[in-house]
Amino acid sequence: MRSHEISSSQIADVVNRHHRLPDRLLQILIELQEPSGWLPPATLTALADALGVSRAHVEGVAGFYSFLHTEPVGRYRLLFSDNIIEHQLGSRELMAALCSKLWVEPHKPSEDGLVSVSTTSCIGMGDQGPAMLANGRPVLRLSHQRINQIAELVRQQVPVSEWPEAFFHVDNNIHRRDAMLQLDLAPGAALQAALALGRAEWMRQMQLSNLRGRGGAGFTTAVKWMACADAPGADKVVVCNADEGEPGTFKDRVLLTTLADAVFEGMTLAAWAVGARQGLLYLRGEYRYLRPTLEAVLARRRSAGLLGRQILGKAGFDFDIEIHLGAGAYVCGEETALLESLEGKRGTPRIRPPFPVTRGYLGRPTVVNNVETLAKTCLIALEGGAAFAATGTAQSTGTKLLSISGDCARPGIYEYPFGVAIERVLEDCGASDTQAVQVGGAAGIMLASYEFHRRIAFEDVPTAGAFMVFDSSRDLFEVARNFVAFFAHESCGFCTPCRVGTSLLLKAMNKLADGHGAKTDLADIEWIDRLLKNASHCGLGSAAPNPVMDTLLKFRPAYERRLRSLDFAPAFNLDDALAAARRASGRDDAAAHFSADHAPR
Amino acid sequence: MSTAARTRVRLATTSLAGCFGCHMSFLDIDEHLFELVELVEFDRSPLTNIKHCSPCDIGLIEGGVCNAENVHVLREFRAQCKTLVAIGACAINGGLPAQRNHIPLEACLREVYQSRAGLGASGVPNDPELPLLLDKVRPIHEVVRVDYSIPGCPPSGEAIWKFLSDLIAGRTPRLSHPMLHFD
Ligand SMILES: Cc1cc2nc3c(=O)[nH]c(=O)nc-3n(C[C@H](O)[C@H](O)[C@H](O)COP(=O)(O)O)c2cc1C
Ligand code: SF4
Ligand code: SF4
Repeated sequence: MRSHEISSSQIADVVNRHHRLPDRLLQILIELQEPSGWLPPATLTALADALGVSRAHVEGVAGFYSFLHTEPVGRYRLLFSDNIIEHQLGSRELMAALCSKLWVEPHKPSEDGLVSVSTTSCIGMGDQGPAMLANGRPVLRLSHQRINQIAELVRQQVPVSEWPEAFFHVDNNIHRRDAMLQLDLAPGAALQAALALGRAEWMRQMQLSNLRGRGGAGFTTAVKWMACADAPGADKVVVCNADEGEPGTFKDRVLLTTLADAVFEGMTLAAWAVGARQGLLYLRGEYRYLRPTLEAVLARRRSAGLLGRQILGKAGFDFDIEIHLGAGAYVCGEETALLESLEGKRGTPRIRPPFPVTRGYLGRPTVVNNVETLAKTCLIALEGGAAFAATGTAQSTGTKLLSISGDCARPGIYEYPFGVAIERVLEDCGASDTQAVQVGGAAGIMLASYEFHRRIAFEDVPTAGAFMVFDSSRDLFEVARNFVAFFAHESCGFCTPCRVGTSLLLKAMNKLADGHGAKTDLADIEWIDRLLKNASHCGLGSAAPNPVMDTLLKFRPAYERRLRSLDFAPAFNLDDALAAARRASGRDDAAAHFSADHAPR
Repeated sequence: MSTAARTRVRLATTSLAGCFGCHMSFLDIDEHLFELVELVEFDRSPLTNIKHCSPCDIGLIEGGVCNAENVHVLREFRAQCKTLVAIGACAINGGLPAQRNHIPLEACLREVYQSRAGLGASGVPNDPELPLLLDKVRPIHEVVRVDYSIPGCPPSGEAIWKFLSDLIAGRTPRLSHPMLHFD
């Protein structure tokens, strides 16, 4: 079972199915891990041989992704989603309860190899948490009752596939619909419209729409598409970024669930505009449960002539889409890390330029767009660019999907025209006594109540979609600390400012949390913040200090009331550090103690 | 006291859990020593044998913090020195002495005082004159606030001189790349 090796014929099978291509390494590893939950050393060696790459390369990739394991794990792998929203819903207490019921320590497989209980970064279920992944499948709405059931199922060794269906039921929780979520797309209708316009006119409509990317950076989509269309090289690629790793974001999950056709049709519309023949959708590992339905939609579209050769009968318009899985790495949402990951490598962000539009997937000109961005292009094809641009604000046209979670009566998905005020959103989702809102996820911005008149738009409060609500009972220092822990965990380790800086920042935050903080730590924190912001290689590192900078600016007392000294204090108790020597020597005289455990003030 | 003497910078130095190698390197500034004595007045230091630190401008600390006495000395330096400088790998990271950190202290003491041939079963010394060991060797910045550090094991005399002459002249010390090394 656990120790059972993966046979060489199994390896050959999977490798051959992937045409022995080294750039399929990640997908191959994910498949090979499926049966036993981990990748034994012999498998890695055999795989390196079969693909003609070095063993170190294979191990480097396997070691990068948190859902790949090079050491044995429990047969039941239970990972609690670790976002602050879930903490506030009691996830840590539930995890402790589960551990004690199963007699296991957190983060360590049980001795019999039956089960391991640990945490994982936000799994995109903030509106129906606390949630966990049980062998990769999301289990929602955890309660003490549900935890008891899970402990029992594990003890009885009931396979996860036979657990009650209700555990796995994912709600869409759509509470406000506008153009996007009201769309009832007849598959192919948007494509038909764009084909009828002709390539140049379709691109012109995209320009008129002024659509900007919904994945965070807000780059103008038509500009990106034109750059790719104009780039030399015939083998262009369209990539849909469905990595959705930003804590508190889950709108792409709902789009993939309810409007998969629109997402794929958007990819096809992009292919039509830029002249791409290959499409890739990078689906985060946490959303793997969506894959069968997505594959079914793809199959249906192929048989309807909406994918494959001569799409809708158009000679020369050939395009198909393939789904690649991620394996638990937030940084892979960054578009160049995403390309590395699609090429089967570690998700290390590339140096830009060159930008993906000229040198992307396998060096080919590539468009990378967010799920929501691509789905929105269907609206533009159907209604025209000008109609699309009629909603929203001058610089932010159309609507935005918000993923709302936290302290409100109705968490879920809300679609608004850009320009909506924070206070309006709070009212609609039933939030009262709100102290702060974190917009845009851990990397985003924290707004205090005096800013609730501000508006969701690229020109005011930009967002990839997360909207986490904190009422006055919440400790915003703990919110920031949770986000810092997230960044420290997800830092890819490639550049020193972020690899070391995020850890230093977390250490400083932990020092304050443990009651050892001093005024000098605040100065250190601000210095690390600046270093991360200015010296990091990619957006992960430069965004990592955001939650700390915002809370220090807007909620400074949350830090100051934790300080024990105005000058400096060690992170540990000095007198306790002598305890072992006291025991060993049997001494307890005055010199065997520190009188006051304070540095001079 | 002459005017020159009054404007001299007061400098204290000490070695905690270090090997005196950093102090040796300090002496390696050779003929600059003549310049230095014009610029500074030494306070507590192995070079002067003054036992306690009075108010100073600069304190140089070699070595990490391995026992209770180190803590007392370090606190005295922090209390008395306007600018405290960690000098060398041991002060900055714990260095060589910190290699004991992965062994529990009691096991370490047992190994030395009870199990080792030749020492008999003398037991762990309990003389109150002996400072107790901390469970872990700590870099000095984990025990007090530190203003600057000069890396190296030891830093070269040249680096120490550059650093001190910057500091004394009122320039933010800056070590160029060749002078900045960590071994
Ligand atoms: C650390 C990091 C994580 C990111 N994660 C995502 C993500 O999960 N989904 C996404 O669409 N964009 C993400 N992005 C933004 C992408 O790099 C890229 O800008 C986006 O996919 C482009 O698509 P758009 O123009 O349609 O927004 C991330 C960026 C960074 C720096
Ligand atoms: S900033 Fe962080 S995530 Fe980005 S490349 Fe550097 S180490 Fe990796
Ligand atoms: S840093 Fe090197 S030279 Fe200096 S005290 Fe430590 S071991 Fe000795």
